[in-house]
Amino acid sequence: MSEPVIRVVGLGKSYATAAGLFPALRGVDLTIQPGEYIAIMGPSGSGKSTFMNLLGCLDTPTMGDYFLAGENVAHMDKDALAQLRNRTLGFVFQGFNLLPRMTLQDNVALPLVYAGKDKESRRAAARLMLEKVGLMQYAESLPSRISGGQQQRVAIARALVNQPRLILADEPTGNLDSHTSEEIMRLFGELNAEGITIVLVTHEPDIAAHAKRQVRFLDGELVDDHLTGQQTC
Amino acid sequence: MLKAMLGEAWLAMGANRLRSILTMLGMVIGVGAVVIMLAIGQGAQYAVQQSISTMGSNLFILLSGSFTTAGVRSGSSGAPTLNVGDAEAISELEGIANVAPTHQGSRQLVYGAQNWSATVVGTTPPYLEARAWTIVNGAAFGDSDVRSATRVALIGKTVAENLFGDDDPVGKTMRIQQNPFTVVGVLGSKGQSFDGRDQDDTVIIPLSTAQRKVFGTPFLGSVRMIMVQAASAEQMAQAEKNVEALLRQRHRLREGMPNDFFSRNLSAVAESEAETTRTMSILLGAIASISLIVGGIGIMNIMLVSVTERTREIGIRMAIGARQKDILTQFLLEAIMISFAGCLIGLLLGLGVALGINFFTGMVVVISGSAALIAFVVAATVGIFFGWYPARKAAQLDPIEALRYQ
Repeated sequence: MSEPVIRVVGLGKSYATAAGLFPALRGVDLTIQPGEYIAIMGPSGSGKSTFMNLLGCLDTPTMGDYFLAGENVAHMDKDALAQLRNRTLGFVFQGFNLLPRMTLQDNVALPLVYAGKDKESRRAAARLMLEKVGLMQYAESLPSRISGGQQQRVAIARALVNQPRLILADEPTGNLDSHTSEEIMRLFGELNAEGITIVLVTHEPDIAAHAKRQVRFLDGELVDDHLTGQQTC
Repeated sequence: MLKAMLGEAWLAMGANRLRSILTMLGMVIGVGAVVIMLAIGQGAQYAVQQSISTMGSNLFILLSGSFTTAGVRSGSSGAPTLNVGDAEAISELEGIANVAPTHQGSRQLVYGAQNWSATVVGTTPPYLEARAWTIVNGAAFGDSDVRSATRVALIGKTVAENLFGDDDPVGKTMRIQQNPFTVVGVLGSKGQSFDGRDQDDTVIIPLSTAQRKVFGTPFLGSVRMIMVQAASAEQMAQAEKNVEALLRQRHRLREGMPNDFFSRNLSAVAESEAETTRTMSILLGAIASISLIVGGIGIMNIMLVSVTERTREIGIRMAIGARQKDILTQFLLEAIMISFAGCLIGLLLGLGVALGINFFTGMVVVISGSAALIAFVVAATVGIFFGWYPARKAAQLDPIEALRYQ
């Protein structure tokens, strides 16, 4: 069996508040294998966003360990985390988060700028990814010229451009109508079929149903972990 | 990567065109003011140096002392206490470049049907070098002319124009005090002196001839005035002291007896004037550079606004892998770009205005490469200095907070 993409052991995060330490996450254990398609669910305040931020190397845990592609990242400094985000992870956000002043091609190529790639290889890779999500004809357009669903596909292209080990999608369909949501979920399904590991955060059960495995958070703890289609108690 | 970032900085500037231009305006005015002020200040310095150099530099004069008859004191140069021997002895001293005993006065000149009154200076050849006279036509007289008291004369431009008109004066004979003098050379023009006298209204003749034929003298060999030029400005004070000591010894003055001559420093006035213009131009530059600082604060202000506005963009960039130093570089580049663009425009504007001032008022302006260089270096420094704080603020944002920012 191959090395897990993600292995978290006793992962916890507490925030200092006026009323003392507030534990947003209380010791979570989870292992994700390459090629998995997993949905993280839970109501607001359940700790799923905190968990997502930790998985995305945007934040550091206050306890426990997090092995990303075999490397313990729990105590890395900010610059090392930035490099990990750049090379190992791909982000897809609810609000698409494209840079409005740049063409779609430049948006998709942006992670490669921070990876230090030269202009020609940036261009080639970005065009390849736009082709993959079917938006090649808009390569030179600005984000404001295309629809929300198309913007999200561009964001997915951007997440893929640096060939990450996994894609983290945070409510990727939250701002889309149901028809467009279906399109995006179909794209995720295709990507997963190609072997790309996907972690999806959502609170909508029908979106989560597209994933092969579902975990549920409640009050900072992981309370449920089952494969889609299996009934749990 | 830097190239990509420069491109992005350019885009960011273009996205808020009016704001970028207004921000730049601060730098444009600052740099423009510095360039104009330096040009005017250096122009004034140049003008003063020009007039100093026509007078001759590092000069002091020795005047013979006064005498008292029945309680009436004669004033300086009254007593024949200085002589040609003193001048020769002074020229042997160290740190002395030129020594010229002189005797001058105003006399009527006659040539043909024309006559004209001018200052006649009887002196020796070193006088020409000490007072920075040049010969534009003909040649100077030499030591042999002084020894044999020949009747030759060098005339200034004003004398040449008034007495000879369109004729070439060289080789012509004019009369001073009924004595015929052959004009051997015409002096280069020097224009007005500090006190407004026309320096070109001068005739220079050998000292011996002047004393025997023009002015007369109580004792042969005595002179009223000796002009001394020190070898350099640094040696000036020491030279004056040495000359005083030498003359006291030669004149057998005992300890406690007053000097029987006077010493006057001619360069001091000119140098204090030069010092004044120098101080003035430094002051002008300093005032102008305050506007550069104000321009820099304008840049900082706008960059802070820009960082706040683009918090979400910063969050996105961090999420996809920008390190702190990447964000820092990006915002610093934008600040520097605004600063440099403003500097470039300000430089051109300043040069234009300086040339305009020169064209319309005739005021001397000096545009030096070093002034432009200073303005550029200052602009870059201002860009980095005032861009640093906002850029650092951007780089230290928390990516999660930044992404959540609406």
